[in-house]
Amino acid sequence: MSKKSQKFEGDPNTTGHEWDGIEEFDNPMPRWWLWTFYATIIWGVLYTIAYPAWPLVNSATAGILGWSTRGDVAAEITAVEEANAPINAKLEATELTAIAADPELNSYAVSAGDAVFKTWCAQCHGSGAAGAKGYPNLLDDDWLWGGSVEDIHATVAHGIRNEDSDDARYSEMPAFGRDELLEREEISQVVNFVMSLSGEAQDASQVEAGSVVFAENCASCHADDGTGDRSQGAPNLADAIWLYGGDYATLTETVSNSRYGVMPAWNTRLTEAQIRAVSAYVHQLGGGE
Amino acid sequence: MAKGRKMSNYIKLIALGLVTLFAMIGTNYARDLAYQVHAVIVMIVAGGLFLYTLRHTDEPKKAVAGVENEYFDSVVRAGAIATAFWGVVGFLAGTFIAFQLAFPALNFDWAQGFANFGRLRPLHTSAVIFAFGGNALLATSFYVVQRTSAARLWGGNLAWFVFWGYQLFIVLAATGYLLGGTQSKEYAEPEWYVDLWLTIVWVAYLAVFLGTIIKRKEPHIYVANWFYLAFIVTVAMLHVVNNATIPVSIWGSKSVIVWPGVQDAMVQWWYGHNAVGFFLTAGFLGMMYYFIPKQAERPVFSYKLSIIHFWALIFLYIWAGPHHLHYTALPDWASTLGMVFSVILWMPSWGGMINGLMTLSGAWDKLRTDPVIRMMVISVGFYGMSTFEGPMMSIRAVNSLSHYTDWTIGHVHSGALGWNGMITFGALYYLVPVLWKRERLYSLSLVSWHFWLATIGIVLYAASMWVTGIMEGLMWREVDANGFLVNSFADTVAAKFPMYVVRGLGGVMFLAGSIIMCYNLWMTVRRAPAKEASLSVQVPAE
Repeated sequence: MSKKSQKFEGDPNTTGHEWDGIEEFDNPMPRWWLWTFYATIIWGVLYTIAYPAWPLVNSATAGILGWSTRGDVAAEITAVEEANAPINAKLEATELTAIAADPELNSYAVSAGDAVFKTWCAQCHGSGAAGAKGYPNLLDDDWLWGGSVEDIHATVAHGIRNEDSDDARYSEMPAFGRDELLEREEISQVVNFVMSLSGEAQDASQVEAGSVVFAENCASCHADDGTGDRSQGAPNLADAIWLYGGDYATLTETVSNSRYGVMPAWNTRLTEAQIRAVSAYVHQLGGGE
Repeated sequence: MAKGRKMSNYIKLIALGLVTLFAMIGTNYARDLAYQVHAVIVMIVAGGLFLYTLRHTDEPKKAVAGVENEYFDSVVRAGAIATAFWGVVGFLAGTFIAFQLAFPALNFDWAQGFANFGRLRPLHTSAVIFAFGGNALLATSFYVVQRTSAARLWGGNLAWFVFWGYQLFIVLAATGYLLGGTQSKEYAEPEWYVDLWLTIVWVAYLAVFLGTIIKRKEPHIYVANWFYLAFIVTVAMLHVVNNATIPVSIWGSKSVIVWPGVQDAMVQWWYGHNAVGFFLTAGFLGMMYYFIPKQAERPVFSYKLSIIHFWALIFLYIWAGPHHLHYTALPDWASTLGMVFSVILWMPSWGGMINGLMTLSGAWDKLRTDPVIRMMVISVGFYGMSTFEGPMMSIRAVNSLSHYTDWTIGHVHSGALGWNGMITFGALYYLVPVLWKRERLYSLSLVSWHFWLATIGIVLYAASMWVTGIMEGLMWREVDANGFLVNSFADTVAAKFPMYVVRGLGGVMFLAGSIIMCYNLWMTVRRAPAKEASLSVQVPAE
């Protein structure tokens, strides 16, 4: 190649090779680089002696520190469980209604319940417990199955409409449209009546007829005045709070096809102390009775 | 000669005809949409090539004189165009999904099942790594191996097969993701038949590259070629082992991996980490070792360092994969080894950075005058930063905070945008005037614009992901005095929103810079003054 060299006057020697005009200096490796490299290798050897590292035939070296990830996490869990064991025992032994009166126990139950709620409940009820369509708001005074701490405890422990617990809360509204229990016209009438209970009837002329349909088909669960029945989980229809929505279309859907909201039985996966804690937590959110 | 060509044409016709027929049958019997669409694509491509070959068989061949004495640059030009094109596609997809994370409403209802985040995310990662990065590696390796071996590419039109075969792989992979044909293995999502096709293309790539090195006219193999060769050979091995699957049906895209349970996870991250190590590091170091000394017009800093850091890097990288699986079902011993090798890898990685940066000694003034060298230098800077951050994050104690958080995403992007992106842009700015025989780039000030947009974009991206990643990690592990978790997962998602917006803006800036680059390169080809003919004659040296 006739091209001029990349070298300047006073540069160190190159290796003498050249490719497409590229040359290479014959510089040594930087000392700090080399020594840092050696240091990491020495550290690596020491680390593999201290910690589980080298695979053998059927197992691996355990390391002289005897450390393992499983041992580590088990120790942390044991430490927390041991520290909380006395207060958990107290929580399980105390009457549910007496928890709020004991400041220390109450503060423990609320912070434990908060953690349980955020792990297991927030997916449906929201991390702020405000609920979502089909999932009740737990902050207000409106309760489907009761808002006393015992009621909440029973709901959490056994759940609603599930196969997991024989004591699950259970009720089922008929699908008045799908099962042809009511005519389309009657459904429209009763929906207007239900809306009129909270002053929002769409077609006032149908309310009168709707009240008859309601009395014959709905009042046995939702009560004559539409205020519902907690023993059956039948919602209060006279207030402005709606689980699925209070507009004409949504109510028509509810009456026609029914709803079947489900909640798991948490006693299959939470301890009694955790269930009590989350019950106390939900109870103190604002609507507890 | 003519008879031989005729013969090979007949063989080609038979093969293409059979493939077309098979694809037709596949279209008919397809068990899923991804497979069916792919069968149609293969049918059209193979059928089209069949007709083309048929029309050209027995036609007199135009004599191309003296082509053997010239470098095979047409395929490099095509590779440069493909790199720029797929780059913009990949950055656009990335920016869009960044905003999908910030504003979930962008997961449109009408687009569920093909353009929601889950479908677009692998499209983005594959587009930038394999389409943008892969084409950059193809184009530059074909260029560099010819220049530093002083030999034309081996294998004649095989290089064209590699190029177009690779583009077909990209199209099959991308359409597959959108239609749900995926193995669900990160960076190895394409299903079995796409993997088989890539294997064929990759073997051809290895043949072209190795063939050129073997017929080189230089006495020694230049360091860039060691890195390129390590990249090609190792990726072949990784690809074959990690994609060892058994198809459920020959007429469907679904397949089942042969590795069970945690071994599958280990193989996947042995692959995944070395996709970073050999695709995005070794291959791009090859690029760095050619284009930095060329652009700086200075010799490589240290030959000794290049040898030692090459072998150390190659030996160590392959063991580092388990650090992706700390605190999982992976046994502790494997996790320890992964961590230890990752930390020892720190200096070998930095060897490349030192050699890149120190090559500029004596030419530091060029940083002021040449935005292209500035781009290359900042890419090496980002390389150094992410190869320090990587070993640090592999340490179990750090990983227990960083794992599953956005810190990982930030780390990957400071490497991918900063190192891979910037060195590729630098290489394109070097290559396009050379390949299209222009005296210079159309506009250096546009290169400066690109440089600053991209750099600020990366800083916004990386910084926002550090903040949100560390915040998220701390929120996840935050417990109160009684040992109970303080935050729900949704709380951490809500807290990340502002950083998600900043990250999206960083993406917009990076994307804008790349569009400016495309314009600049286009205008270089169209408008920049042509190079004097006497200077532009480039022939394999004697």
